[in-house]
Amino acid sequence: MSLVDIAGLTVRLGGHTALENVDLAIMPGEIVTIVGPNGSGKTTLIRAIIGAVSPAAGRITRAEGLRIGYVPQRLSIDRTLPLTVRRFLNLPHRRDPAELTEALTRAGAGGLESRQMADLSGGQFQRALLARALLDRPDLLILDEPTTGLDQPGSAALYRQIEEVRRTLGSAILMVSHELHVVMSASDRVICLNGHVCCHGTPEVVASAPEYRALFGSGTGGALALYRHDHDHHHDHEGHDHA
Amino acid sequence: MLDDFLTRAALAGLGVGLAAAPLGCFVVWRRMAYFGDATAHATILGVALALALNMSIFAGAMIVALLMALTVSALTGRGYAMDTLLGVMAHSALAIGLVAVSFIQGVRLDLMSYLFGDILAVSRGDLVVIWGGAALVIALTLWRWQALLTATLSPDLAHASGFDPRREQLVLTLCLAVVVAVAIKVVGVLLIAALLIVPAASARPLARTPEGMAIIAAALGGGAALLGLYAAYIYDTPAGPSIVCVAAFGFAGTNLIGLLRR
Repeated sequence: MSLVDIAGLTVRLGGHTALENVDLAIMPGEIVTIVGPNGSGKTTLIRAIIGAVSPAAGRITRAEGLRIGYVPQRLSIDRTLPLTVRRFLNLPHRRDPAELTEALTRAGAGGLESRQMADLSGGQFQRALLARALLDRPDLLILDEPTTGLDQPGSAALYRQIEEVRRTLGSAILMVSHELHVVMSASDRVICLNGHVCCHGTPEVVASAPEYRALFGSGTGGALALYRHDHDHHHDHEGHDHA
Repeated sequence: MLDDFLTRAALAGLGVGLAAAPLGCFVVWRRMAYFGDATAHATILGVALALALNMSIFAGAMIVALLMALTVSALTGRGYAMDTLLGVMAHSALAIGLVAVSFIQGVRLDLMSYLFGDILAVSRGDLVVIWGGAALVIALTLWRWQALLTATLSPDLAHASGFDPRREQLVLTLCLAVVVAVAIKVVGVLLIAALLIVPAASARPLARTPEGMAIIAAALGGGAALLGLYAAYIYDTPAGPSIVCVAAFGFAGTNLIGLLRR
């Protein structure tokens, strides 16, 4: 039984068709990544799933009692709004303090409770957002470019944290990402979007699809090769340690 | 006790100050300062209509404030240049209202009291309306507090949590219209926005949480109303502007404290 089942989804935003005839199903526990150029409807698709935009055609079926954790792409908190991390996590429902501590620890943001949101670094801020999304122990965790504004070590650490969340909570993960090498290594399935679903499947299938190459060019092939090299190396290294 | 005009004035000022300030926090957080101004200015048209139709000033002001706020709300986020549009609508409504008032015989002399308030002329009936409106606004804000705050942070977070941020926006719009309508008597249409924004902005340097800011703002707003009225009595100055002056001194004071703390 899929968590979310999207069939023939079409979304129009102010007269222009942002998404056309999109089909997508997300199964429990899998990591699905959406890639696509700017303006290809990635964020619109996510907003449709959380119910922020209504479909012009098609339907989105959520599993009964589905718990969704959502990490928005950007959250700008006005400087005039004083907000501690603890208070932020208590929105919109009051939580048990132990629950907050657990979620923060799970998101790698332990000890930040009494800091002001506006004073957090980019990485800490994203982790606070992640912690809030984890409070409900979501069946599906949705992340819209969670590493925007993070440097490479920062984003690598965040992806490891997300992977850890999936391992411990068993949540399915749907994320939008621009970091193709991460997408290719960490995802079970990749959806390549450009107003419609260009191609989808396992990272290997998508990477070799002509539609994908047409969108991302040959540079991607290089990135993938680089990743594969790293991956092999990693395994060799492990073997070495055990020996 | 209510026979004393100063007591009635104090109660009126306190009621408006207490209700306006926490609502003003949302106005500040959502960067709607000009929105409050536009709604307030438009109500002079409501006053004119009320005088012409011989109905309650509160009702007329409330209806126009609500229409204005709803129109602006509906146009928000549809790609209009909001500051320009608000400027056009606010001042047009103010001008049309002023012209409309001039057509009504015998009220020309009263105009100043609607522009700058006439808190010393608050009657018992006015007090009932003011406190009724204030209680409604405070109750609505308290009831929707968590949802309003989430929707203020991000409409998408609100959607993901299962409620519609547009409904919360509507609650705010309604509260704003009520506050504007009941504040006309106290500070007048030209200074209503000050009662919303100045206490909230003054509370910011002292607060660590949204609730803290709202409570401090309410205290500052209520305090400014009482102190301003007292100052007006002592120095024989106009009451509405005196209240706003005290609030402004409060703003300077708390921001100084905020700077020194850093």
